[in-house]
Amino acid sequence: MLHADMSLEPLIEPHVLQTGGLLRALHAIQGALGWIPPTAPQSLARAFNLSLAEVRGVISFYHDFKTQTPVATTVRVCQAEACQAVGAAKVTARLAQAMGVALGQRRADGAWALEPVYCLGLCSRGPAAQVDQQLLADLDGPRLEALLARFATEGNR
Amino acid sequence: MKTLYVPLDSVAVALGADELVTALKAEAARSGTEIRIVRNGSRGMHWLEPLVEVEVDGIRHGYGPVQADDVPSVWAAGLLTASPHPLALGPIEDHDFLKRQTRLTFARCGRIDPLSLSDYAAQGGWLGLRKALTLTDAAIRGELQTSGLRGRGGAGFPAAIKWQTVADTASPQKYIVCNADEGDSGTFADRMILEGDPLSLIEGMIIAGLAVGATRGFVYLRSEYPIAKTVFAQALELARAGGWLGDSVAGSGKSFDIELFIGAGAYICGEESSLLNSLEGKRGEVRARPPLPAQQGLFNQPTLVHNVLSLCAVPTILEKGGAFYRDFGVGRSRGTLPFQLAGNVRHGGLVELAFGVTLRELVVDFAGGTRSGLPIRAVQIGGPLGAYLPTRLLDLPMDYEVLAAQDAGVGHGGVVVFDSSVDLATQAAYAFAFCAAESCGKCTPCRIGAVRGVEVMDQVQQGIDHSQNLELLNDLCDVMVSGSLCAMGGMTPVPVRSALRHFPEDFGL
Repeated sequence: MLHADMSLEPLIEPHVLQTGGLLRALHAIQGALGWIPPTAPQSLARAFNLSLAEVRGVISFYHDFKTQTPVATTVRVCQAEACQAVGAAKVTARLAQAMGVALGQRRADGAWALEPVYCLGLCSRGPAAQVDQQLLADLDGPRLEALLARFATEGNR
Repeated sequence: MKTLYVPLDSVAVALGADELVTALKAEAARSGTEIRIVRNGSRGMHWLEPLVEVEVDGIRHGYGPVQADDVPSVWAAGLLTASPHPLALGPIEDHDFLKRQTRLTFARCGRIDPLSLSDYAAQGGWLGLRKALTLTDAAIRGELQTSGLRGRGGAGFPAAIKWQTVADTASPQKYIVCNADEGDSGTFADRMILEGDPLSLIEGMIIAGLAVGATRGFVYLRSEYPIAKTVFAQALELARAGGWLGDSVAGSGKSFDIELFIGAGAYICGEESSLLNSLEGKRGEVRARPPLPAQQGLFNQPTLVHNVLSLCAVPTILEKGGAFYRDFGVGRSRGTLPFQLAGNVRHGGLVELAFGVTLRELVVDFAGGTRSGLPIRAVQIGGPLGAYLPTRLLDLPMDYEVLAAQDAGVGHGGVVVFDSSVDLATQAAYAFAFCAAESCGKCTPCRIGAVRGVEVMDQVQQGIDHSQNLELLNDLCDVMVSGSLCAMGGMTPVPVRSALRHFPEDFGL
């Protein structure tokens, strides 16, 4: 049994009395640490006076909350209809090849992950993707080649 | 000093607007020229992004699409004097794409600095609220009823009925909840207005609060919109500092305030009852209805839940009167809708027009057909739960009732174009796969049905027990339509059935 992690308290405490505080606290933890560490549910359950099951249920419900250690770079490539219409499948396949991982997978050394995302709101200029915080539209031609080259270079290092 | 405009809109940024700003500043420094760069919203002509505008003698001239690399050439040609250049577009508001629109909700988007209270006020901001503050709550609701506004999130429910229900339900605490969980592929109008004219949403929410007796508002924004989050959070601070939010809205003695809440990547939270659970910090599971959110919503209190576009239509309705708004549109579809042209289109972007415009006008006249140059084969309207329509139905007018008669819907105004390379059986299989991934799991028809749908479509596509599997597919759709708790399971059959009905050849028929 994991015990509550005191170091999480400053991240959790400001949200305890807020509306929807559990989600806000989870965002705060993930924002600071890049993931929801295994010690978090116990701390959250105590702070919000919830059962561990309730907290774990919330964490597992939302795609955003990651319970694996963070990777250095995350590429999220849009898989939704508007991007499908302009070749998202091909872009995804090329990214997967350059990154050496399948969609939804991460590199074993934690260097990067390729994840699906369902709409970034860039549907008029797809294919679209997000590399960490950076939004990318029109992801074919030079912009895609530049991104692919980045992984080819980093991968050979 | 010359003023330049470069959008902060996500599309512009995703196409290099930030790099462009850096290049413009560098060029200005090199030539010893002082310039002011305003980060505006997008005009909605996304194929021209990043679009630079320069103001000369009070007229805004456009250049686009301009990449950082183009700056030396555009600058040397005389950007600051609006001189000719291959990327020059002339006076931007005379552009045909803009001139043919009826912009009510998006009137200011792209024109103003989204984070300037003075720009907002100078271009008609707060007039709707000022009018509302002179009216009784019943009179505000009366204007809304006259306008004929229907919910812009997709369901098209008459807004005035919702407002009346919340007003009639007694409670010490009522809420206005804005649904900005714009998860439908092919839609970005909520994002654009949050980034380009966020104060208009704040104004609409305050008016709604006055009309139903609510003092607290929440904006539930999806996490996939980081720029909208930043801009809207700043807009809230500005509005508070300006006295538009707080204990005494514009000195009226009436209180209203808004909090921004960020979702966590669950499509289902765009469904209003899931959204309310999520806003309470819980799993975003659907609630059974009744009770309606208007009677027992957030924390079981009366709650007015509206899409961004519904609330952003409200200031215009109050400022110009319900009758002004009602006089746009056709049949029981009144006012305007910001249509979003997406997918395989040459000229993608946002087009606000009165209801009644045909799909052909949108995808051919405005969007200019496919980007690939191949013929259009299918158009999906209304997001992942919307119908796939063939080209022979392109002359359908955008009207809730006309589309419903074709088992289609306007939805949130998203129009996604596919060229002749699309396979509609694959799209149908995707509809089930998406539902399987995003179902909240509360009800069986959706949770299990979506998975069965993926399996059945797999067999259909492989030609295994073909006729039996098509019959099973039809049965499955019936179960999902009649047995699901919400539109996720209930409408996943819409894209599936429309694909089968209009494109049977893709299903081996």
